[in-house]
Amino acid sequence: MVNIIYSAAIRGIDVRPVRVETDVSDGLPSFIMVGDLSQQVKEAENRVKTAFRNSDITLPPKRITVNLAPADFLKSGSRFDLPIALTILASIGLIEAALLKNTLAVGELGLDGRIAPVNGVLSIAGKARDLGIDLLIVPEKNLGEAQALSGIRAVGASSLSDLMEKLKHPGSPDTAAAPRDLPALNDYREDFRDIHGQEAVKRASVIAVAGFHNLLLIGPPGSGKTMLAKRIPSILPPLSMEESLEISSIYSIAGLLPEHVPLLTTRPFRAPHHTVTMHALAGGGSIPRPGEVTLAHRGVLFLDELPEFQRQTLEVLRQPLETRSITLSRASGTYTFPANFLLLAAMNPCPCGHYPDMNRCTCSSREISRYMHRISRPLLDRIDLCVDAPAVSYAELKSRRPEQSSAEIRSLVQAAHLIQRERFRGSGIRFNSEIPPAAISQYCVMDSQSEKLLKDAFDRMKLSARGYHRIIRTARTVADLDGSREIRIPHISEAICYRSADSKYWRI
Amino acid sequence: MYISREDPDYPERLRLLPGMPKGLYVKGSLPDSGPSAAIVGARKCTVYGHKQAYAFGHYLASRGVQIISGMALGIDGYAQEGALDAGGKTFAVLGCGVDCCYPRSNRPLYNRIPEKGGILSELPEGTAPYAHFFPARNRIISALADLVLVIEAAEQSGSLITADFALEQGRTVYALPGRVGDRLSDGCNRLIYQGAGIAVSAEAVYEDLMSLYEGKTLSGRSFGQTSPPPIRKKRSVRKADTSSPSHTPQTKTEPAFAQPQREIADPLSRSILNLFRNETILSVDELSDRLSLSPAELAPRLVELSILGYLEEYGRNRFALRTAPL
Repeated sequence: MVNIIYSAAIRGIDVRPVRVETDVSDGLPSFIMVGDLSQQVKEAENRVKTAFRNSDITLPPKRITVNLAPADFLKSGSRFDLPIALTILASIGLIEAALLKNTLAVGELGLDGRIAPVNGVLSIAGKARDLGIDLLIVPEKNLGEAQALSGIRAVGASSLSDLMEKLKHPGSPDTAAAPRDLPALNDYREDFRDIHGQEAVKRASVIAVAGFHNLLLIGPPGSGKTMLAKRIPSILPPLSMEESLEISSIYSIAGLLPEHVPLLTTRPFRAPHHTVTMHALAGGGSIPRPGEVTLAHRGVLFLDELPEFQRQTLEVLRQPLETRSITLSRASGTYTFPANFLLLAAMNPCPCGHYPDMNRCTCSSREISRYMHRISRPLLDRIDLCVDAPAVSYAELKSRRPEQSSAEIRSLVQAAHLIQRERFRGSGIRFNSEIPPAAISQYCVMDSQSEKLLKDAFDRMKLSARGYHRIIRTARTVADLDGSREIRIPHISEAICYRSADSKYWRI
Repeated sequence: MYISREDPDYPERLRLLPGMPKGLYVKGSLPDSGPSAAIVGARKCTVYGHKQAYAFGHYLASRGVQIISGMALGIDGYAQEGALDAGGKTFAVLGCGVDCCYPRSNRPLYNRIPEKGGILSELPEGTAPYAHFFPARNRIISALADLVLVIEAAEQSGSLITADFALEQGRTVYALPGRVGDRLSDGCNRLIYQGAGIAVSAEAVYEDLMSLYEGKTLSGRSFGQTSPPPIRKKRSVRKADTSSPSHTPQTKTEPAFAQPQREIADPLSRSILNLFRNETILSVDELSDRLSLSPAELAPRLVELSILGYLEEYGRNRFALRTAPL
């Protein structure tokens, strides 16, 4: 008699359902596992057998065959221990076979029968709900994740015996999963209020966050670039439920979801060190794991000391910045991960950091130019805003002038987001930075004066043609922050001031 | 094209001096016997140096002075750009073959210079730019000029080598004064201390150059010693200069170009421009701090003033008064 339970395999960030089939029949005692299994899955045999013995369950001397179907792709990971154990238990009559019908189980077994947590439960729960699974059996520690979604019953157990006990009273405990709202989280340790002076930089970051524009900060060491970057999360708009599920699933699969926190409530802020490798940034492995660009999805990817990153590593960013996803090809298949992040980069203006302060800068013009050119033009072309972070004077540091707090800025940003959501309804665009060139005239309506100003600015200020669309997109965001339907002169002007590195100015 | 020392086109100024090359490779033309001035300075210069190099180059070239320089990054290039924009003649002496554009980023200059002036080198075509060629080419720069103007130079810089050559060759040296304590003005201020002429304005330099030039041509015709020109020599007594009122330059210290003098009615724009009276360059941040305005309020004015030609953007988010003509 064959007993079947569902389980799940994870490929990239996709969940694929797996049917775990176990047959216990007469014959020479043996334990056979088939179904294109990796070493990790094959080891389940010993874990399951030992866990049974230490939970006072006696395996009959029979021929046990386990199949993980479909058998045409490689399964890896330790989350199949529990479903295998459950099908065996059903086969030898220790639990009711009917219980396994339309049930999905994941979990790793310890030799003592303990059920250890596994990665990816949130995504698996989502998949289970889509498949119409009735009951989800997960390790106790993953129960929060399993219950984060409404519409699915879940049981969490800490050990095999605990689970068998719970399954004797089906439908009783742990199963009521109430739909929850995201707890509003406004508790940030770092506040924008701490930053004195730096008006231009602060304004540029508000614009960047409001329209999800990529931002490059250039300034001498100690001018507060990193300090500002750390405060960016505090002005990011709150996550919607849908977004939270999306990024929490990614984090769940990567095993980065903190314990007791089934859903992320704040946007991710990833700050990889400049020694990060190409694979860590893009996602690596023969079945790739999400890289930094994917972990920063819907949040901020902060690259401090941009020119210190390996050039090859930086070039990895080009595709995600363009298509907002990253496609990785491996022998095992092609994987596409979401990677829609705000790129926040910071750099010194020269190797010593003091250019253009000629009294302090000790670099030669060649050194400066070589330093600036470590950032490739295609990458620069994807950065909408570029702003200088000047060294802060003592007077500014000591000033008691009240600065805008993060909460105030966040409400401004949120208002701009609402306008954008309204504007792009049904178009698949979320933010101004994503407006394709063809749709610019549709979304970015300028009054005639602004158009004249932009034209004049092009002639007189020698703007590059590449920068044209970036300026208009940025101006759209400035207008949104202002609550204006049309792009007017002040909006265009500001966008021009913060325009990104024109070739003319990139050369020293 | 190769012009040997025996060629009648070989510059007279070089022929008279020892240690000059046997011949010159030329792209374009050679400087003629008309007045000429060399403008040299630091590669990595300040905005002040950039503006003054351009302004001096532009003014002198517009008066028919041939501008000699080295087409390097920074001061050299800006002075030659000024000269070209004024429609004047300028000559670049390279430290590599004339068929090699060094630095590469000065390609636009390299293409424009031979239209009226020329690119010269003592090195055969195909020679790559090696560092040791450069001090030697400086002696040709100074030799080709009646007057050498150093715009910005740190202590121990290549421009000071040119000034030394100039003095050995009997050329007059002028230096642009700067603030004491500014690293890039140290070299110039030291030159002035040692007796170099003070480049208070392009007009003053031009007048000195012309009297120098006329004196030279007069003496060249062997009319006896008629009123020797005020040649300033190394470590000459400085008092002699200050005591001769005949030679005090005009009090006008405006840059060579008049600012576009349209009146600005808007008080905010006026106060922005007023801030630039004491500072060469101001960032958006500094402006917003001094005027107590947010960058959002400032931006429209800054862009408007840039479009009208009052201001110019240097680097990112930094503005300075515009000196180049529109």
